[in-house]
Amino acid sequence: AFPKRVKVVEVGPRDGLQNEKNVVPTSVKINLINMLSETGLQVIEATSFVSPKWVPQMADHTEVMQGINKLPGISYPVLTPNLKGFQAAVAAGAKEVSIFGAASELFTRKNINCSIEESLERFNEVMTAARGASIPVRGYVSCVLGCPYEGKISAAKVAEVSKKMYSMGCYEISLGDTIGIGTPGSMKEMLTAVMKEVPVGALAVHCHDTYGQALANILVALQMGVSVVDASVAGLGGCPYAQGASGNVATEDLVYMLNGLGIHTGVDLQKLMDTGTFICNALNRRTNSKVSQASCRL
Amino acid sequence: QESQASELPKYIKIVEVGPRDGLQNEKVIVPTDIKIELINRLSKTGLPAIEVTSFVSSKWVPQMADHKEVMRGIEQHPGVQYSVLTPNLQGFHSAIAAGATEVSVFGAASESFSKMNINCSIEESIEKFEEVAKSARNMNIPVRGYVSCALGCPYEGNVIPAKVAEVSKRLYSMGCYEISLGDTIGVGTPGSMKRMLEAVMKEIPLSALAVHCHDTYGQALANILTAIQMGVAVVDSSVAGLGGCPYAKGATGNVATEDVIYMLNGLGIDTGVNLYRVMEAGNFICTTLNKKTNSKVAQAFLNTGTIN
Repeated sequence: AFPKRVKVVEVGPRDGLQNEKNVVPTSVKINLINMLSETGLQVIEATSFVSPKWVPQMADHTEVMQGINKLPGISYPVLTPNLKGFQAAVAAGAKEVSIFGAASELFTRKNINCSIEESLERFNEVMTAARGASIPVRGYVSCVLGCPYEGKISAAKVAEVSKKMYSMGCYEISLGDTIGIGTPGSMKEMLTAVMKEVPVGALAVHCHDTYGQALANILVALQMGVSVVDASVAGLGGCPYAQGASGNVATEDLVYMLNGLGIHTGVDLQKLMDTGTFICNALNRRTNSKVSQASCRL
Repeated sequence: QESQASELPKYIKIVEVGPRDGLQNEKVIVPTDIKIELINRLSKTGLPAIEVTSFVSSKWVPQMADHKEVMRGIEQHPGVQYSVLTPNLQGFHSAIAAGATEVSVFGAASESFSKMNINCSIEESIEKFEEVAKSARNMNIPVRGYVSCALGCPYEGNVIPAKVAEVSKRLYSMGCYEISLGDTIGVGTPGSMKRMLEAVMKEIPLSALAVHCHDTYGQALANILTAIQMGVAVVDSSVAGLGGCPYAKGATGNVATEDVIYMLNGLGIDTGVNLYRVMEAGNFICTTLNKKTNSKVAQAFLNTGTIN
């Protein structure tokens, strides 16, 4: 049986825009987030407090955080890779933060230049500060179904990293198929292992659609009791590991599927599609959402 | 109630519809030699079934006007079943004369769609198919039945599962060995797929069912997964996702064979198909048509130079 409600976590303004070729001005980012706030989405990942040297697309993090309308009932988490980022985020008004771990040593080394263990130590500093400030922390685990460098990733390793991050105090663990390589088979195997260590109510899936498998993978996760799903409006955000390939699953296509399953999300699909149209125009690109592309309606 | 099979099928038959359903719905009309080349390449991938052309009047479907030349021109590999569409007795005879060894008939679960598509009611269309089925039976030619609009109709909107079951049963009773249930406009979701299959499975044995999902709303793989979880073991798809949606301008149509095989491989389900060879065939036809592939798997592999 499927969950009756699913929480959709919108990552377009951060994960999406960070991985787009074109950079948009601060005002467009703010407009995008404000439009998303009107769709019924409850969680919108707004920006990333990473050094602009590493992620120039998110250099305006403080302006974005301070510029958006923060509607009651909606959470606007931001990425904070370390204590410095955390402090800057809180100073800018952030009320929720996210930290990014990985189930692959090589990926961690290439991505943030340290080992998994070292990254968890850095996160511990953030956790302690967050606890002191009563700020909830969401934990991401990248490469849960495969790594662009290591290839196959063991489900046990994903479970181990997830458990550590959950024990540290993350309220939710978002399991990311970073290169979209997973299938319903590997998703099931991975979740079975993780669910032995982390309660299913604290799990989310973050599927990339690089191989067209995202909705099928999400379907399996839902069947196993997962009720939080990450997605990106218009499928913003290509895959940095496969040039020209797609990345994030489109929120519109996810909501269409959930509607068809009778699962409540609270999201207005039309308003979401309108938001997707807005940001695609601003980025001068076609949408990656098939629901948006299809013009026949029932 | 739990209609989820505890085990997925161990083997799934892929029915490749690219050369017919795919090319029929592409903007560019493809020359005969290219069609033949595509089919010959597909014959070497391990695909067990390929729909090669349509014996419909070229007045209605000019893209398939070269049906005789295609049928006669292709290599027919042992272990591969080549089927052709035959809307009526005349088309059937023409197909047999050209060497066809399997035919398909296309019904619909929507009256409006039947009228708009083939200019007659569902009942009238069934009568025509019965003529084909009767002749086919006499000649030991297997007939596959399609039911269009199984999850929704571009004119009527919602289609009730009982209607799909009723039309499927008529086709099965007249002798179709397999019924392919088509989500013609791709509007279905795992929810509507499940309800439809539950109704049809009351009338048709599981082993005689196939699903033909369109990816117009991105739901195809999720819908196919739902079907195979319920025990369906035959899936239609189109190399490179050839074939747009004639009812939604610019939108996609058929699900890409590569993406289906990728998913089935990941599930440990045997198909007998070599994914790389399918990608190569897809690359060939897309290059010829001067278009991007609709397969995400092919797109992801493309830049690594894995496909020739």
